[in-house]
Amino acid sequence: MSDAQSTGTSSHGTGPFIAAIDQGTTSSRCIVFDVDGRIVAVDQKEHQQIFPKPGWVEHDAKEIWTNVQEVVANAIEKAGITKADVLAIGITNQRETTMLWDKNTGEPVHNAIVWQDTRTSGLVKELGRNVGQDRFRRDTGLPLATYFAGPKARWLLDNVEGLRERAESGDILFGTMDSWVIWNLTGGTDGGVHVTDVTNASRTMLMRLDTLEWDPKICNSIGVPMAMLPQIRSSSEVYGTAKGGPLDGIPVASALGDQQAALFGQCCFDEGEAKSTYGTGTFMLMNTAHKPINSYNGLLTTVGYRIGDEKAVYALEGSIAVTGALVQWMRDQMGLIKTAPEIETLASSVEDNGGAYFVPAFSGLFAPHWDSAARGVIAGLTGYVTKAHIARAVLEATAWQTREISDAMTKDSKVELTSLKVDGGMTANNLLMQTLSNVLDAPVVRPMVAETTCLGAAYAAGLAVGFWPDTAALRANWRRAAEWTPDMDAAKREREYKNWLKAVERTKAWVDDDEN
Amino acid sequence: MAKSIQSLQRAAAVLRLLAGGERRLGLSDISSSLGLAKGTAHGILRTLQEEGFVEQDPASGRYQLGAELLRLGNSYLDVHELRSRALVWTDDLARSSGESVHVGVLHLEGVLIVHHVFRPDDSRQVLEVGAMQPLHSTALGKVLAAYDPVARGEAVRGTRERLTARTVTDLEQFEAILELTRSRGWAADVEETWEGVAAVAAPIHDRRRMPVGAIALTGAVERLCEDGEIRPELITAVRECARSVSRDVGAGRF
Repeated sequence: MSDAQSTGTSSHGTGPFIAAIDQGTTSSRCIVFDVDGRIVAVDQKEHQQIFPKPGWVEHDAKEIWTNVQEVVANAIEKAGITKADVLAIGITNQRETTMLWDKNTGEPVHNAIVWQDTRTSGLVKELGRNVGQDRFRRDTGLPLATYFAGPKARWLLDNVEGLRERAESGDILFGTMDSWVIWNLTGGTDGGVHVTDVTNASRTMLMRLDTLEWDPKICNSIGVPMAMLPQIRSSSEVYGTAKGGPLDGIPVASALGDQQAALFGQCCFDEGEAKSTYGTGTFMLMNTAHKPINSYNGLLTTVGYRIGDEKAVYALEGSIAVTGALVQWMRDQMGLIKTAPEIETLASSVEDNGGAYFVPAFSGLFAPHWDSAARGVIAGLTGYVTKAHIARAVLEATAWQTREISDAMTKDSKVELTSLKVDGGMTANNLLMQTLSNVLDAPVVRPMVAETTCLGAAYAAGLAVGFWPDTAALRANWRRAAEWTPDMDAAKREREYKNWLKAVERTKAWVDDDEN
Repeated sequence: MAKSIQSLQRAAAVLRLLAGGERRLGLSDISSSLGLAKGTAHGILRTLQEEGFVEQDPASGRYQLGAELLRLGNSYLDVHELRSRALVWTDDLARSSGESVHVGVLHLEGVLIVHHVFRPDDSRQVLEVGAMQPLHSTALGKVLAAYDPVARGEAVRGTRERLTARTVTDLEQFEAILELTRSRGWAADVEETWEGVAAVAAPIHDRRRMPVGAIALTGAVERLCEDGEIRPELITAVRECARSVSRDVGAGRF
């Protein structure tokens, strides 16, 4: 084994390869991977963020499709290969971003409504009727919130003139970005396939988690005609072949929402395995095997992935709104550091937090507290506290928020977290990773390929076409780049956790109703 | 009130002189401009040179501001920023070579490990971030000493302890190794620090061509070497990785 690896550095000379397309919130990327899961070439292009009103965020779907074609062509060129070397195309995408288009012309009827967009806040309250935000939770795993796709589609039908009639007569197609990219890749108006995968469908609030099919009653309640919905397929199967372009004739063989793709790319194939992606915000997902677990602790229940005809694998998901964003805030708003990585330098100049705790509830508290009236606090201030202690509290905030999600997952699933696989930009922060391991009291492991999202899409596509035989072969590709082990005594951990929770209490119910 | 220290005032005047106008000045320019005896000026310059605040051009013998001075100012590259820039490239180096990768910077009298990527064979390994390695015997240390006059000063003044039978402790031989390192752009350590372990390292430069750190590939001597020499494809891989990180370091903030 070590012989094969140490033969040098020119390991990706020959194909075949898998091309993964990541249609993300800020950019579209294409990465070409070899059989070892190594990156051969990358291309990326940003698209415009459109803000028509406060709280509204849109994307131009036409621009996105143009960019996707461009990054695919460029990545293939940079890799110095032809389509003959490419075995399959995989897709991963920003989740929940919603669009409707005319199936006869291929024209979007409106800009895509992005997942962060809050225009449906009134609508989701109304949809809760007398039941409240958990009206559809049992069937769909989701609370009524502005993120999810179904209510966004309803908003478009209500607000774009004449759209509902066109939709009911079958001229309009609904899709999240996976559907839009696959439909266009496979020919668009010339025979494009209209599909979505179970992970993306699980973010619409229209699919039942138990049957993995659209629920006519919920569709009716939310006001989305079933005629425009795509067919729900597994995450790993050949949906069709690319028509035209540099990859003409190549099978399109996977689709996964970005966080689920990262779970797959991190090889979290067994029950209890979890990954956490540390970016501006943080998304943590835990594999709960073949059962959708209803959360009583504020987590989302979602589909992790489904390979072909195999049983679906479910996941619990917890998100943290502000993690990397807090470091950026320290840099841009407070001016305490010049670059994001300097937070570690500043924090390392002291031994501990000096008694200070920073709860960045900038837009309320997410899982497991769910208090939209909460606002950020720095608690425990004394004359002793310096900016270095605050820097330390900033990093600890990310660690403790992860601990709260992990505790909620354990409560819901009854499965203890044995180790946490991490990815994302903040994994470069050694002090943060060590702190995370200390507060979780579990090893924290960083894999060697940072691009786990694209890798997950490539893996799922490769499985579908037999490039890799099974998930065991993928696991053999997984390489540990670094591991942090707990180094904090239990009494201190408990004391600090108690202090953190006290600080969290002080953020709650800050905004009065009349201020909203 | 405390009395001012005359030699420090004079050193400050030398630095101000080198910072303004012409870029390089000879000893006589400096001594006459400041009204100092040549011997006094030379003593000050030599001390500043040892500290890295002043550098002497080997060809003309003229003096200019040194690397350490720039490091004090805004050009100082945070080691944690260096790590985040190096992350992707060092992962790929470890993956393609099958060996572990370290990034080191000068700290006190040694090499501080600021980043470590495990050897990708799934064996139990311990993260070595924060550990110190010797300057005179490791590939990282030799690269730092070859390119950074402050590191060189530390290694030259240090004890250069014999760690294995192959450790170079003699000053003249050590200086020759630094010269060789500068001319070929990389340094090796074949069982000079640890028995059975070999390493090859290359420098990371920032946008001002300042040496800000070094990257090393480390592994069992029988895997890294052929006939007692580091395998050429590994040298190429380390240098390419160091160049990629250097490019990223020069690309400005994020």
